[in-house]
Amino acid sequence: MSSETAPQTAAAVEAARNQPLSIWGALQSNIRDYGLLLVLILIMLFFQWSTGGTLFKPVNLTNIVLQNSYIIVMALGMLLVIVAGHIDLSVGSVSGFIGALAAMLMIGWKFPPELAFMANPIVAGLICLVVGALIGGLQGYLIAYYRIPAFIVTLAGMLIFKGLSLAILAGKSVGPFPAEFQLLSAGFIPDFIGPITLIPASEGVQPLVLHGATLVIGIVGVLAMLAFSLRGRARRLARGYETEPLALFVIKNLVISAIILFFIYMLASYKGLPNVLVVMSVLIAGFVFITKRLTFGRRIYAMGGNLKAASLSGIKTERLTFYIFAIMGALAALAGMIYAARLNSATPKAGQGLELDVIAAVFIGGASALGGVGQVAGAVIGAFIMGVMNNGMSIMGVNIDWQQMIKGIVLLAAVFFDLYNKNKA
Amino acid sequence: MNEGYPMADTILEMRSITKTFPGVKALENVNLDVRAGEIHAIVGENGAGKSTLMKVLSGVYPHGSYDGQIVYMGKECKFKTIRDSEHEGIVIIHQELALVPLLSIAENIYLGNEQAKGGIIDWDETRAGARALLRKVGLSEDPDTLVTNIGVGKQQLVEIAKALSKEVKLLILDEPTASLSEKDSDALLALLIGFKQQGIASILISHKLNEISKVADRITVIRDGHTIETLNKDEISEDRIITSMVGRSLEDRYPPRDPQIGGVVFEVKNWSVYHPQHRDRQVIKNLGLTIRKGEVVGIAGLMGSGRTEFAMSLFGKSYGQRISGEVFLHGKKIDTSTVQKAVAHGIAYATEDRKTYGLNLIDHIKHNTTIANLMGVSRGGVIDDLAEMDVANDYRKKTNIRSSSVYQVTGNLSGGNQQKVVLSKWLFANPEVLILDEPTRGIDVGAKYEIYTIINQLAAQGKAILVISSEMPELLGITDRIYVVNEGRIVGEMPTQDASQEKIMRAIVRAEGKAS
Repeated sequence: MSSETAPQTAAAVEAARNQPLSIWGALQSNIRDYGLLLVLILIMLFFQWSTGGTLFKPVNLTNIVLQNSYIIVMALGMLLVIVAGHIDLSVGSVSGFIGALAAMLMIGWKFPPELAFMANPIVAGLICLVVGALIGGLQGYLIAYYRIPAFIVTLAGMLIFKGLSLAILAGKSVGPFPAEFQLLSAGFIPDFIGPITLIPASEGVQPLVLHGATLVIGIVGVLAMLAFSLRGRARRLARGYETEPLALFVIKNLVISAIILFFIYMLASYKGLPNVLVVMSVLIAGFVFITKRLTFGRRIYAMGGNLKAASLSGIKTERLTFYIFAIMGALAALAGMIYAARLNSATPKAGQGLELDVIAAVFIGGASALGGVGQVAGAVIGAFIMGVMNNGMSIMGVNIDWQQMIKGIVLLAAVFFDLYNKNKA
Repeated sequence: MNEGYPMADTILEMRSITKTFPGVKALENVNLDVRAGEIHAIVGENGAGKSTLMKVLSGVYPHGSYDGQIVYMGKECKFKTIRDSEHEGIVIIHQELALVPLLSIAENIYLGNEQAKGGIIDWDETRAGARALLRKVGLSEDPDTLVTNIGVGKQQLVEIAKALSKEVKLLILDEPTASLSEKDSDALLALLIGFKQQGIASILISHKLNEISKVADRITVIRDGHTIETLNKDEISEDRIITSMVGRSLEDRYPPRDPQIGGVVFEVKNWSVYHPQHRDRQVIKNLGLTIRKGEVVGIAGLMGSGRTEFAMSLFGKSYGQRISGEVFLHGKKIDTSTVQKAVAHGIAYATEDRKTYGLNLIDHIKHNTTIANLMGVSRGGVIDDLAEMDVANDYRKKTNIRSSSVYQVTGNLSGGNQQKVVLSKWLFANPEVLILDEPTRGIDVGAKYEIYTIINQLAAQGKAILVISSEMPELLGITDRIYVVNEGRIVGEMPTQDASQEKIMRAIVRAEGKAS
């Protein structure tokens, strides 16, 4: 059998993984997951140093979140698409088109009185989400049921929606948006707790006032996360299924909690949690749940890993593909609205080229171009790696030409090391 | 005479080869010598190290990554790549064929070794050369035929023609007959014997002991990375080989069967299927069969007789077009037009091709075990991961999957263990009717026995089981009743106790005679 040499090596690796004693072994077997986070932290520290301390300023951290929110929102959907073994090149154009649609609904088009409700920001937002899902669904339908390669369908979609946004905006920028809509990107959560003063304003001392609600939400969130992972560990231990060494478990949770609390503190010392970060966090949690716990998510991995085996196991692969692209479309719509709200106008060029950043984020995050492999956390960290590099290099005043090249090299290096590690194993 | 050579005509000697992977010794002090013009078989259970040894020999694992010496044609060889070994006339043909389906036979034969001058291919030379090589392996195909358009048996012969184009002196074949029909296998083995007369030695890795006893001059048995012994032709007997392979004597290759057969559970009537590409070619012709409760029914037939096509078209129309016919479960007509519906009615189909159709090879055992019945471990679409662990561990134990845990990736398991994962998946779906297509293809004797035992247990639980197999002794050993299929028709039905290989073959041959 040609496959009989591998089991012994894999068995050895597996055996090492199962011995609960070795922290180092457990670390090594999860090196990909931890490594990526470590790379992000190192990149941040590097820019903190090279920008003379600007990167970690609360206002800049807030900016990084705002600047990358739409990439991350789309990266979540793109992760599903790529794990399923497809690609979506249209998301940039679709997001631009939806931004334009939102602008025309709220500002550009003059509705007759009985349809005036359409211009209401919430109604318009919902319409945009539905239209996005329909666009994605239509592309997904062609890919799933007519078996046209996703690359071609979405390449066509990219051209079509680029043209459509130009058409409905008549080549002009449309804005500004109503104040309620701007809140999506520019707003912060209200401080229902009230400010917490750590250092009162006095002669010669910078005052330090924290956004109370942000702090409380952050702490409650971290406690909930800890409780959740403790409960999971206890349940696994009770059944004898725990393989992670206690020390590693403790260190991992402490480090992650510390990082989150640090960012919460930073955000709280500026204007608090941006609205868009709340939306993003809910989506990230939702997608982690989808991919880890829902049968829907499991089937996507099965389909991406082996399409034929999945359909012979009773998975409706066509319908699944359709749903995945519909979800991607809705997320592209949301991203398009976030982007438009942030610029406070819809422009014909909005969203162009974003698909490349989104796809790069997912691949840096460890997804396989062949499908079947990829994690939500990886995609999010991948997006932040790209985002922090954009931000840091801009602050340093690196020219845009160099920025592009460096980003390209980072993408290549990430995938290279991934494959290198895999081949070595 | 150099004292390092036990025989003057030894062309290859591998001396105390030791190959270690991180943490595991795959080979330890393995010795192998091959004489000029002999067919030397290597046998051993899956995972014994046969393929590793061949990879060491052919340079897949370069010199320096193993310990020991390879002496070939009187000098020590330090192959760094496959190209080095091919240069010396050592050619390996892998079990998974390495042909490019959409290139022609001629292009495949000279792939990487093009008949070209200054980078420009000489097509006349290529075709003429290919035609000559094809003739040597007994093929009369046009060299311009695309490889995808010829059967697996012929593809295997094209691989050999390709090897011949490299002026092979030592041909290594890894499970060459695993996916061939008996007729094609015989042709291939005859070819090897022909090569022998031309002075080409062959190393044959195979699980099919009957073939080995037919053609091999000597047999080396490998177990757990060690050479156990090398047997001469006169010492070869199947029992002897098996004893040596598994380290114990197998009383019987088939577990005893005590059938408890009830009423008819499953019935197919007038099943007709047309070829997916050729609308007018009828692949299955009014096929009908029944399976009773607790009964193991076999389908015998040659490769291409329509056995797999029948099963897959039945299972959610996964093959073919213009499918017609009726399926009954407990006398009630059921709809099996999608895989979901078939599974919901309690029908399961375990594929003959576990790597392409059976498993998600990049995912681990646990996820592969539950994928056909996620409902069984979830509530409202949310998977209960602990329940899933229980299930995966339970089936791992039941089917005796050898792995360190349920988190082992299935692509790294041996064939036998992969097959057990496929079985686990379908057992967890809790079917009433289980269709097993070549359940023991390419797996070793020990794992086969385990699979037969599982089949027996399932029958004892009252399930209706249909086994499709190319190995007639297997059907005779484990079934209660056998249907013989030829060209999409049932051409014979017999209780296993009255059946024999001759009777089955006679049914096929008689039908062929009628057809022509």
